[in-house]
Amino acid sequence: MDAESLLLSLELASGSGQGLSPDRRASLLTSLTLVKRDYRFDRVLFWGRILGLVADYYIAQGLSEDQLAPRKTLYSLNCMEWSLLPPATEEMATQTSVVKGRFMGDPSHEYEHTEVQKVNEGEKVFEEEVVVQIKEETRLVSVIDQIDKAVAIVPRGALFKTPFGSINVNRTFEGLSLSEAKKLSSYFHFKEPVELKNKTLLEKADMDPSLDFMDSLEHDIPKVEP
Amino acid sequence: MGDPPPNPDSPSQPTSSRRNSQLSERWRSQEQPRPQPTVPYEVQQTPPDAQIPRSSQEVVSSQTNLRGWSQRASLTQNENLMLQAEEAQLGGIEYSSLNTGFPSEIQPQPYLSEGRFQVTRDASLMLQQLQQGEGNLFQQLEAAYQEPGANLLGQFTMYQRDLQFGQSAEHGPYLRDDPALQFSPSELGFMPFSMEMPEPEPRELAVQNAKAYLLQTSVNCDLSLYEHLVNLLTKILNQRPENPLFLLESLNRTTQWEWFHPKLDTLRDDPEMQPIYEMAERQKALFGGSGGGEGEQEMEEEVAETAVPNIMEKAFYFEQAGVGLGSDESFRIFMALKQLVEQQPILTCRFWGKILGLSRSYLVAEVEFREGEEEGEEEEMEEMMEGGDVMETHGEEEGEEEEKIPDVIPKPTWKPPPAIPKEESRSGANKYLYFVCNEPGQPWARLPHVTPIQIVQARKIKKFFTGYLDAPVISYPPFPGNEANYLRAQIARISAATQISPLGFYQFGEEEGDEEEEGGAGRDSYEENPDFDGIPVLELVDSMANWVHHTQHILPQGRCTWVNPLQKTEEEEELGEEEEKADEGMEEVEQEVGPPLLTPLSEDAEIMHMSPWTARLSCSLSPQYSVAVVRSNLWPGACAYASGKKFENIYIGWGHKYSPENFNPPLPAPIQQEYPSGPEIMEMSDPTVEEEQALKAAQEQVLAASEEEEEDEDEDEDEDQDD
Repeated sequence: MDAESLLLSLELASGSGQGLSPDRRASLLTSLTLVKRDYRFDRVLFWGRILGLVADYYIAQGLSEDQLAPRKTLYSLNCMEWSLLPPATEEMATQTSVVKGRFMGDPSHEYEHTEVQKVNEGEKVFEEEVVVQIKEETRLVSVIDQIDKAVAIVPRGALFKTPFGSINVNRTFEGLSLSEAKKLSSYFHFKEPVELKNKTLLEKADMDPSLDFMDSLEHDIPKVEP
Repeated sequence: MGDPPPNPDSPSQPTSSRRNSQLSERWRSQEQPRPQPTVPYEVQQTPPDAQIPRSSQEVVSSQTNLRGWSQRASLTQNENLMLQAEEAQLGGIEYSSLNTGFPSEIQPQPYLSEGRFQVTRDASLMLQQLQQGEGNLFQQLEAAYQEPGANLLGQFTMYQRDLQFGQSAEHGPYLRDDPALQFSPSELGFMPFSMEMPEPEPRELAVQNAKAYLLQTSVNCDLSLYEHLVNLLTKILNQRPENPLFLLESLNRTTQWEWFHPKLDTLRDDPEMQPIYEMAERQKALFGGSGGGEGEQEMEEEVAETAVPNIMEKAFYFEQAGVGLGSDESFRIFMALKQLVEQQPILTCRFWGKILGLSRSYLVAEVEFREGEEEGEEEEMEEMMEGGDVMETHGEEEGEEEEKIPDVIPKPTWKPPPAIPKEESRSGANKYLYFVCNEPGQPWARLPHVTPIQIVQARKIKKFFTGYLDAPVISYPPFPGNEANYLRAQIARISAATQISPLGFYQFGEEEGDEEEEGGAGRDSYEENPDFDGIPVLELVDSMANWVHHTQHILPQGRCTWVNPLQKTEEEEELGEEEEKADEGMEEVEQEVGPPLLTPLSEDAEIMHMSPWTARLSCSLSPQYSVAVVRSNLWPGACAYASGKKFENIYIGWGHKYSPENFNPPLPAPIQQEYPSGPEIMEMSDPTVEEEQALKAAQEQVLAASEEEEEDEDEDEDEDQDD
């Protein structure tokens, strides 16, 4: 949720039972403004909160002018001091997929995972049990990335693509109508499109190139009735 | 008004006959029975305009005429006279144009413009005819409803005209329902209904019945055939398409569609957002109750003890903890709980929490009824179930008797495991009653009590809630019940696992029986400790030993107090003692024991080297004013706060337990063993038809052979006797 409209968005999202205490809200409002100034972001979004056993992580993301450019992710434990996280890579994803269970809440905590690896020593090849250390920070990064890829959505019309290729916020977007809001096809994944080129010509004929440049939610699996 | 010119030649007859049949159907719909004038063909030469054959153009004008008829009010006598006069003037012109003879030469336009006059003229002509006592009125009427000059005379001659018809000439001629008539209703017009009805005659009665039949509304909608036809013809006459007969089918469909989709004004917006308005209406009703109670007495009552908890205060504390539904929503929930307390005889009430669902969510209220109040409903449900059982046993007995007569089918040795009885109300898992609703403002629905088997099965499955209480729960292993039962089972499990309170808030009552006597079941009741001082927040956060469970743990059996399923009950003794003796020797069920009531949280088992509870201060920046918050790691969404002497539990979540692994439904059971083939039971294939027939033939042969032998023997005997 946008840092500027944070309080309103929190009210609207309160149906799920997750909320922020007043002190956190106040600290977020102040610190996010400072983050925006320091990192020269165009927009700062409060991404959310990841609950840990000892402490919780509060995550924020900063966007530059081009909305679809890779976002910078920051985390904080007290909503005041924010630290930048490294960008996510494929290797991180595979590495952290073996870790299960809750987050500890300590970014320097290291998960230990024993693996059986083949080690080449000269001509001998033998297996060795290697204990791989995975930092919680890495896990945090890959988890945030996975969540973003899966469920970060924008409504159709909120972003538009200029002929130069950059993607901007649509200032004239007034929201979806009631009937449109019920359809899954009016929401897009907020990431680089993957399925777009697989669409048939018929479907492409109906699309507006300035608005329909991302994957819609229609064909996601598992299928759910709206 | 002179006599109408002679009829045109018979070639015009066929076309007009087609039109006539259509018109006749139309006329049949008329309420007023009109005697069918049976005018001989020769006489038909007289009527005016009914002569000229028509093409489709005529149909157009006929429809115009119809429209003219339908739009007109009843034609008064005065009008008739007037029109007669006009007609006299126009008659010549009309006849000349009409007498040109054939469809291709006739221009509909002049008729369109004169449509109304033509109709009225025709009516007046018919009047004249009637008054003249000739039998051609019917034809004239027919002609009137078609364009002038329509040649219906051929058919009309078959009908007698009623002499009484003259008095109310504005009524249409209504044809008898005779398929030989070959009239077309689209060509026939009809006069508007006039109140001056002559005495009903059999034909009139028939037409009345016909119209009543047409007026009856169809099963699916409120539209009757009569109305639909009126709409259709009106629309056709309004729009005047080029080839209406050809378009009749599509026009029919369009008219029907338009009836159900009234065209909205394109300049104004529709009132929108109906669901929001409905919701607001319902919520307004919530607030309406408070407006009524203005009297002093009522205020006092309200100020005094009510069962409704102080939701707003608890919401405030939960908000400090970072859990909650928002203050507006909390207030609405408060009003909804107040409504519930007013509707039901409730002793204590608590907002248990919210369970999210796919389509809708559930707001759950935990209540306790006053003494003796809830028994009524329970008894009814039990009686129904017992009635069902009695029926089943009767069925079984009858079945057994029947079975004894023919072959005795080997009974399977598998017996279902004995059903574990559910706990009594107000005890164990059924200690509280739960009411649910989807939104504040909607009526509260009561959840049934939970049975042990439901809890056992609920542990094995993981299904999201849809939000509809009667939705089926389709799963493997099959869940015995619908979503209401599954919801209740999950509520029971969550309550048993996550309802906690600071140590010392509750204590056991002093007069309790010995633990040994109760078989180690432990105490199952507690009461508030009046001397509770409150534990400092920091201590609450530091150690889990300062919190205790105040709900009973649910045993693997599904109950809180253990029940031996093999215990002899009276019913079992009646049925069969032999079977029981066999069982006793084989199985011995261990008594299941769970942690006793008021166990501290520190005794809870760990999940994957992880403590099942997380405790925090709500605000680290101001520890002196913060509350202690404890979240459950086993049931994500369960949260409790404590501050001073106040504490509360809440659950807001999806209703599922935490599992580090993804959920894997259990595999189906292995296939059961078949009976081994042995001397007693051996599988053989059934004989085919050929084999059976061969066997039958062989048997007949044997029979025939034996009969011959007998005959031979008889003959021998006879011979012997003779001898």
